[in-house]
Amino acid sequence: MPSTRDIRRRIKSVKNTAQITKAMQMVASAKMRKAQQAALAGRPYSRLMNEVLASVTDHSGDFSHPLMEKREGTEAATGKRALVVISTDKGLCGSLNSNLLREAGRADATTTIYVTAGRKASQFVARTRRNLKAEFTYKDSPMFSEARAISKFVQEMFLKGEVDRVDVLFTNFINVMTQRPEIRSFLPLGEIKGVDSDFSGVSSARDLATPSFEYLFEPAAPDVFAALLPHYLNFQMYHMLLEAKASEHSARMVAMKSATDNAKQLIKDLTLEYNKMRQASITNQLLEIASAAMALG
Amino acid sequence: MATLKLEIVTPEAKIYSEDVDLVTLPGVEGEMGIYPMHVALLTQVTAGEVVAVKGGQGLHLAIGEGFVQITGERVAIMTDMAIRAEDIDENRADEARRRAEDRLREKLSDEEMVAVNASLINSLAQLKVKRRGRS
Repeated sequence: MPSTRDIRRRIKSVKNTAQITKAMQMVASAKMRKAQQAALAGRPYSRLMNEVLASVTDHSGDFSHPLMEKREGTEAATGKRALVVISTDKGLCGSLNSNLLREAGRADATTTIYVTAGRKASQFVARTRRNLKAEFTYKDSPMFSEARAISKFVQEMFLKGEVDRVDVLFTNFINVMTQRPEIRSFLPLGEIKGVDSDFSGVSSARDLATPSFEYLFEPAAPDVFAALLPHYLNFQMYHMLLEAKASEHSARMVAMKSATDNAKQLIKDLTLEYNKMRQASITNQLLEIASAAMALG
Repeated sequence: MATLKLEIVTPEAKIYSEDVDLVTLPGVEGEMGIYPMHVALLTQVTAGEVVAVKGGQGLHLAIGEGFVQITGERVAIMTDMAIRAEDIDENRADEARRRAEDRLREKLSDEEMVAVNASLINSLAQLKVKRRGRS
């Protein structure tokens, strides 16, 4: 049976915890707003990119590029595949990372080469003794240059023939309550459909094509196309980093909110118990006084 | 008089969007000057200087590599980096250049090389824009 002092101490420590989780919740929600804004700020760029892509693909005919080469099932196949895992650096974001890494663990360890962004993913790959090729970091507000580094790296892996395909595993931001781990194929490039964006609200390249213009190309359309492809991939990578960041912050916000709520409930229960105990002891004391007075009287 | 709408966007933000009379930009095959009613054109740009002329006043910007889409009434530049001349911090750009040059002398893996080269090109473009008309 804990004494009233124990309970008082307990209440104090729970209160402190609640204060910290509350603060973390506020920080996470501010950062989430920033991450969403960053995604919105990329909208004009992705729209323009889609327009350019649409008009270039219209003009370059049956153009093929090493980045589009499908090697799976052919002679040149190595049977290997690269998986880029985009995780968070820090924990305390609910089940976000465990969901993501469960997905990462499903890949065949013998044929998968991992490339990671974020510390949690690197730790996971190291812990499970899988094949880690490179690890990248990205900041709280992802920079385009960080995405470019990752994207360049996997493009080179692909072009050198080290892997047959590259997939990206990241947490897709659906809304504040829901984030879903998703695997997207990155290379080889299949049909170019424009930067896909349930998030930044841009429809597919096809819809945005403006057939009224006949563009001149300088240099020729296939050259522009070849230069545009890596760029398109970099931007996709950037976009996925943004999604992952927005997911992280909203998951953390929700996790911290429920932690704060739990702490508040705990404080309530403990206070009730404390009061009951206090009253019981007062009643006891009164009884003692009353019986003593009666004995004397 | 007809005007051109100049838009400069980077993945991180829309840097510039205004009606201008003339734009010069660093195309891959040389400097280009674009007046309104230009023929529709798609091309690449290299790191360098963009000048937007509006009412006789020139606005200078440094841009990174990218693409430009030109129609009769619009010039849309998409690039990795874009910064107005007055916002360029000369010291920081200079330091970035020095850092990049130092890094280039070290042994670098390919992908580091690409990143360092890109930042060198970007800082050189910034410096060029900033120091133009001086020295």
